[in-house]
Amino acid sequence: MRNNAKILIVDDEPNILMSLEFLMKKEGYKVFIARDGEEALEIIKEHTPDLILLDIMMPKVDGYQVCSYVKLQSEYEHTKVVFMSAKSKEADLQKGYDLGADLYISKPFSTRDLMGKINALVAEEA
Amino acid sequence: MNSVVIVAISIAYLLLLFLIASWAEKRTTIKRSLVANPYVYALSLAIFCTAWTFYGSVGRTITNGIEFLTVYIGPTMLMPLWWVVFRKLIRISKVQRITNLADFVSARYGRSRALGVLVTLLCVVGLVPYISIQIKAIGSSIDILTAQEVAQTSAFWQDNVLYLVVFLGVFTMLFGTRRLEAHERHEGLVAAIAFESLFKLVAFLAVGLFVTFGVFDGFDDIAQRAAQHPPLQSLFVMDTNETSSWFWHCLVSGLAIMFLPRQFQVAIVENTRENHLRKAIWLFPLYLLAINLFVIPIAFGGYLTFGDSVKADHYVLALPIYFKQEGLALLTYLGGFSAATSMIIVECTALTIMVSNNLVLPLLVGSPKWLNKFGGDMGQWIINMRRVSVALLLLLAYFYYKFVSDRYSLVSVGMVSFAAVAQLAPAVFGGLFWKQGAAKGTFWGLIAGWAVWFYTLIVPSMANAGFLPVQWLESGPWGIAWLHPEHLFGLTYLDNVSHGIFWSLLVNIGCYVGGSLLANRSAQEQNQATLFVDVFAYSEVYESSVVWKGKALVTDLQSLLGNFLGTTRAERLLNLYAKRNNINLKNRYADPRIVNYAEKILSGAIGTASARLVVASVAKEEKITVEEVIDILKTSRELQLFNEELRKKSEALEKLTDQLQTANEQLQRMDQQKDDFLSTVTHEIRTPLTSIRMLSEIVQDNPDLEEEQRDHFLGTIIKESDRLMRLVNEVLDLERFDSGRIAFHEDVFEITEAISSALDSVLHLAKEKNVQIQNHFEGDLTPIKADRDRLVQVYINLVSNAIKYCYPDMGVIKIKTTQDSEFLTTTVTDNGAGIEAEFLPLIFDKFYQAKKRSSQKPTGSGLGLAITKKIIELYEGEISAQSSPNLYTTFTFKIPMKSLSTAAQIDQQI
Repeated sequence: MRNNAKILIVDDEPNILMSLEFLMKKEGYKVFIARDGEEALEIIKEHTPDLILLDIMMPKVDGYQVCSYVKLQSEYEHTKVVFMSAKSKEADLQKGYDLGADLYISKPFSTRDLMGKINALVAEEA
Repeated sequence: MNSVVIVAISIAYLLLLFLIASWAEKRTTIKRSLVANPYVYALSLAIFCTAWTFYGSVGRTITNGIEFLTVYIGPTMLMPLWWVVFRKLIRISKVQRITNLADFVSARYGRSRALGVLVTLLCVVGLVPYISIQIKAIGSSIDILTAQEVAQTSAFWQDNVLYLVVFLGVFTMLFGTRRLEAHERHEGLVAAIAFESLFKLVAFLAVGLFVTFGVFDGFDDIAQRAAQHPPLQSLFVMDTNETSSWFWHCLVSGLAIMFLPRQFQVAIVENTRENHLRKAIWLFPLYLLAINLFVIPIAFGGYLTFGDSVKADHYVLALPIYFKQEGLALLTYLGGFSAATSMIIVECTALTIMVSNNLVLPLLVGSPKWLNKFGGDMGQWIINMRRVSVALLLLLAYFYYKFVSDRYSLVSVGMVSFAAVAQLAPAVFGGLFWKQGAAKGTFWGLIAGWAVWFYTLIVPSMANAGFLPVQWLESGPWGIAWLHPEHLFGLTYLDNVSHGIFWSLLVNIGCYVGGSLLANRSAQEQNQATLFVDVFAYSEVYESSVVWKGKALVTDLQSLLGNFLGTTRAERLLNLYAKRNNINLKNRYADPRIVNYAEKILSGAIGTASARLVVASVAKEEKITVEEVIDILKTSRELQLFNEELRKKSEALEKLTDQLQTANEQLQRMDQQKDDFLSTVTHEIRTPLTSIRMLSEIVQDNPDLEEEQRDHFLGTIIKESDRLMRLVNEVLDLERFDSGRIAFHEDVFEITEAISSALDSVLHLAKEKNVQIQNHFEGDLTPIKADRDRLVQVYINLVSNAIKYCYPDMGVIKIKTTQDSEFLTTTVTDNGAGIEAEFLPLIFDKFYQAKKRSSQKPTGSGLGLAITKKIIELYEGEISAQSSPNLYTTFTFKIPMKSLSTAAQIDQQI
């Protein structure tokens, strides 16, 4: 199950997208990528990912909207949402968790730390 | 009949009047007035019918035929005028506290003392003979009853009439000068008068019925018998000349009933409600008709009975005596007595008020000596003075009766008196309806009218009586025919009374109108004229709208009123008024309304002119001229303007508050912008930092990376580091621009080269979004001298900004640059998303970003355009933007060439 987990990475910053894709693939996950919220919603509807790595500030549809779309529907009850954002104030974190996020990671972050937490969340699901 | 019995009965009758008057006054004090109804009012008007009516009408019928009717037809015909004239007179008198005609004329024409004195004197002169014929009527009727020869030669102390006159005087003093009132209303007197009017009517009707149906066999019988006597017949054929004298007699009677002092007293002063006039207007003519119903039958009956052996004036009383009807004779006598006494009492009261308020007091209150002497209790002094004046008037009338009246014909004394008071008509009518009417015109009109009256109506009697040469009546004075007193300017076809009335009124009106038109009226006079003529417009607000200037102590006014009316009454009146009008009497200086009110109260008691004087004596008043009245009006206008200014100022203040609020909001917005800027900068720093850290860790943790991939990752790390550095530089630049510490490096270069360099820097951005860039240049390519890097930065900022807002794959950016001798101009146009009009003015603010949703990722630091603007402004150029959503967005900047060739001013900056 662990290696079959579907992970969606959403960020409008191509370099971050590229780095995360490299890391997730190396870990053996099935990786989907989206450059904005709109793309993300399409992929979510089609593939129902197990975990979403979600940036907040994006053009068109932002991360909050994507998160609430997932968290309000029972068919996505097994989908974990991890926010990663440059917004790192206490209030920003609170808002993320209030929306039902499973994890909130402030940018910049350590990849080793991130991978540890992602793997733990995916394992929890299993 | 014994004369003592008759005097006793007369006195008993007078005592009855006393009782009625006292009863009425008592009823008044318990507020159940006997006289406050239209019937009593109408009856009191019948005071017009005196002994002259009672005895004289019959007499005049025998001498002049039905001409006697003019005295009643005139008033009846002019009756409709009463509603207009009397109602206005009543209103004015109430509002202005006017108590007699002299006061009316004086007050109307600027509170003129002279006019008050003039009218008073002339009324006294005109009416004393009239009073005397009343006394004479009483005397002759007693003589007839006692069957004595009419003997006026006996010593006056043996004369019964004298005692009756004394009694009348006492009655008048008691009920006519009882108290010093502010309105001079005497309800007891009015009740007595109304009773007398009823009494004389009943008595006359009784005689008439007796003669018509007792002695003769009804009207037909008398008429048929009279028709057989040619002298009687001829009386009822009207001469053609008579028609014009009818007109004049009717006119003068109609005027007299308005201007006789006693009529003014009962109709105006004693009026309790204006509406009573409505009923009186038809009740009073009815009374006149009733009292004249039997005049002709009695006259015929008398003539048929006595022939010429008895004076026609005595028929009324002689007939019952002749037919041995003692009771009826006594009733008739009392009827005539009542007609005479009512006239004497009221006329004396009215004249006394005139004499006191318009003759004596105006002269006395002006003298400080008198004020010092009687200052403490002027009220009692005035009452005593009035009592003396009643006595003097009656004595004057008595002696006139005793020693003058018999010396010449009295036939037309009534008419002559009427003509005298009719002289007031122009002054009163003009005063009521013509604002132009002036004191000067009134004065000369009255003087001239009365002079002519005297010359045409009194002089002939005097000549007849032997006081003047009789030749005057034959060939005119000193033989000058056109000065003949009865035929002035050869006017012969009028009888002497009509003749006198015609000339005196003509001269009077001429002088009044002419004098008024020529007069310069004082402000006081103009004010009074307006208040009188427009009384129905002003009477409501008169008390509250006072144009008075000056200072008066409240205590002074109180003691002044107290002097005349008694302390307690004065206090009560003032307190009442103050309470009604919300005036504080505790203040040291009196409110102008209080001063005005005090003056009006005093006007009622002592006359307008005197009140003016005494109030002026305690008030330090300043004269109000026409200009000042205008000033007062202006002041209120200024007050209005001042309020207007206040309103404007408060509006300005409100505006300022708004501006402050706006400024405050702007500060808050700037604060917010700073926060936004910080979080933007933070975000902009963290994003490349995140990439750099992640990629560094990947490279470190994955030594087995393919070479190509490792190079790519390391290249990205370098690019992201550059991005970080750029951002830091921008923030620092902006800080330098803000503090004015920015360094410029002078280079000489061609602008196209700078543009190409800028486009190279943004090429990768354009390629990423697949945006097409068009670049055009026009004009001469003279090298310019400027900081090259800064200008390149301007182009980079504008183009990269355009790229940011372009849609991927379809974006087009067109750069157009022209350079001539004056300006370097560049426009950068894109077909991107556009900018809302409301944001256009803000886009050059630092920290501003065209984003509405804070959670959306900002495209850039928000500093590019702000820095661009600062650079262009340092070269004295301008930058602007035109845009609307989904249309082209164009940025235009223009830099003067002189800034780009010599950089002196820029050196200064460094």
